[in-house]
Amino acid sequence: MTPSPVVHLRGAVALSSGFPLLSGVDLDLEAASLNVITGANGAGKTSLLRLLAGLLALSSGEAEVCGVDLTNGDLRQLRRRVGWLGHEGSFYADLTVRENLRFCALALGRPTDEIDAVLARVGLSSRVDTITKKLSAGQRRRLGLAWLLLRRAELWLLDEPYASLDDQGRTFFDALLADVINAGATVVLSAHDPLRATTLRPRTIGLVGGRVREVAP
Amino acid sequence: MIRIAWLVAKKDLRIEARSRVLLWQVVPFGAMALLLTGLALGPAHAGNSSAGPGLFYLVMLFVALLMINRSQVLESTPGTRASIATLGLDPAGVFLGKTLALCVELWVTGLVLLAGTVLVLHTALHGAFLALPSVLVTLGALAAAGTLYGAMTAGGEGAATLLPVLCLPAFAPLLIAGERAFSAALTHGGLWEWWVIVVVALVAYVGVGILLYGVLEES
Repeated sequence: MTPSPVVHLRGAVALSSGFPLLSGVDLDLEAASLNVITGANGAGKTSLLRLLAGLLALSSGEAEVCGVDLTNGDLRQLRRRVGWLGHEGSFYADLTVRENLRFCALALGRPTDEIDAVLARVGLSSRVDTITKKLSAGQRRRLGLAWLLLRRAELWLLDEPYASLDDQGRTFFDALLADVINAGATVVLSAHDPLRATTLRPRTIGLVGGRVREVAP
Repeated sequence: MIRIAWLVAKKDLRIEARSRVLLWQVVPFGAMALLLTGLALGPAHAGNSSAGPGLFYLVMLFVALLMINRSQVLESTPGTRASIATLGLDPAGVFLGKTLALCVELWVTGLVLLAGTVLVLHTALHGAFLALPSVLVTLGALAAAGTLYGAMTAGGEGAATLLPVLCLPAFAPLLIAGERAFSAALTHGGLWEWWVIVVVALVAYVGVGILLYGVLEES
């Protein structure tokens, strides 16, 4: 029996003030896969990620993410199962690294004793008591990864995750993604340039004008 | 709900304690505004002023609007907003937590400004002391209403200027009742009818907030 896809979209339309952000997306994403959404500015990459996170309302069409129907399902339950990493920074700037992760863990009812291990994994052990706004852009990105690891998200949604990473950071990031995919998570990330996006072998989804233009392979 | 409320309140108060916006910006602003109102009354009236309660609540209104806006800005950075939304927090808990944190901040500022009305506007110390419970409850109701209206404008276009327009009609009955209760404490008049209004408003805003905060967040 074929396992049901983690993401199933048919003719998915999302509007903002009457303007179509997504204008009929058809897409199926399998579990434990890496998927890169590419496209020019305004193509709908972030909107698609927001739709998958349950943060953007579905105006018409069919959409099911992690088994939750986006039309009438429990979006709060879906949100607890996805992990979001935006390119703007995703934390409270005046809290320390540890305080941000502690807030996340307690909010999700997870034990806080995993925080040190997660920070060690992303190479931020020495910054545990640093106030987040004093971190560099790359360190904030690593904190974002720690946030996602702590959450044990089933579906990772990463908006331009390579934007502020150097070569060493990219290599580290690719290795981490390989690990979480091997552990069963599905990763969807957006990038302008698919070739530079990752050394892994992702499925590439090209968006143009809010529609899927091509999927490869 | 209570667990999330406590978590959110502690987080907001920790951010406030670390950023010191309340200490270095809001409280000095309130103190200066109170001093200016005293100067506006002039020496003939400021020394024997029955306007103290009204001026106290006028300044608290300005302070509350600043604090409500700040409380919502903490959550409104685009990345933070999305990340926190994906935690799937109970909206009733978030509302209660933000209300509690805002309430504590307003209480701290209110106590400083109450002392200021005694010093600057020569409000009777004994009367101010008697008025303290009604002041605390009124500020609690302002915090609940402010958190609700703050969520309505959060992240929207012109949020900072829209907030006062929305809040003023909701705050007006609270401010009037609070001022009347304060004045009654100074003149040893009847307090209870004003107390009832303030307490009913507090309960109503907390109830509406628990029920509707999630809808406002989603919209």
